[in-house]
Amino acid sequence: MVRKTKRNLLVIGSGALFALGLAVSGMTQPAKVVGFLDVSGDWDPSLAFVMLGAVGVYLSVYRGLVARRAAPLYADRFSIPTGSQIDARLLGGAAIFGVGWGLSGFCPGPALVSLGAGTPSALWFVPAMVIGMLFYNRWGRAPRGSDG
Amino acid sequence: MSLSHAFTPGPSLVGGILIGASAALLLLGTGRIAGITGILGEALRAQSEEVAWRLYFLVGLIGGGAVLGRVWPTAFTFGVAGSGSKLLVAGLLVGFGTRLGNGCTSGHGVCGIGRLSRRSLVATSVFIATGMLTVAAGRWTGLRW
Repeated sequence: MVRKTKRNLLVIGSGALFALGLAVSGMTQPAKVVGFLDVSGDWDPSLAFVMLGAVGVYLSVYRGLVARRAAPLYADRFSIPTGSQIDARLLGGAAIFGVGWGLSGFCPGPALVSLGAGTPSALWFVPAMVIGMLFYNRWGRAPRGSDG
Repeated sequence: MSLSHAFTPGPSLVGGILIGASAALLLLGTGRIAGITGILGEALRAQSEEVAWRLYFLVGLIGGGAVLGRVWPTAFTFGVAGSGSKLLVAGLLVGFGTRLGNGCTSGHGVCGIGRLSRRSLVATSVFIATGMLTVAAGRWTGLRW
């Protein structure tokens, strides 16, 4: 197989594995996500374990493998964000996102997986999310090449 | 305590490990960050560089959801009560906010914190805080939307 084909298959596989992880973790249940955010009520801390598992694996691979390699397996270089500035855009964007997350229990990944599954609420949420992103692409500052 | 609020540390930890493995695989294989906001947002820009790999990732993610919806429908059972207009407003806020803040739960919360990025640690703290405040505000006011 040529390198590019292998790369494309790896990317599709990564997307599918991401979807499976979200479903297993409970992130595709919006009520469970809201339960995690509901500290003043019936709090369910489960989703802290999602972050623990995900960050633990990612940090290990990043430190143990990626940091020691000059290049990835199927590309010429690593495209890793290097920005360190804490600015109003970062804070404001995160604050706005959190409000929408708290209202719906959806963040972008689980919303897209739920769209694939045909969940009715995602059929409302995802088109609106896409419009929000297009609005930013059109009127926001010229987007950066990478994301963090 | 409703079933959707059952404490599930085991499955949540395993799911998190799978998410981390997926993001690590993407980084090791292609050098890219598995941030859903950046992947979708940049795929929506026609003039964006390298749209192709992002579309492949979305095929895996959404296609994976389609398969899961068939074989495991109960993974998508517990929705949030609310109107269509609430979901539309929430979607607009999530789409715009994640792009403005340059990332979401995956890009900042997993990949960014997984690189010990200060920016991502701050962003994640902020969106969890405003998410908690939003849920608390709904509870305190008793508003049904």
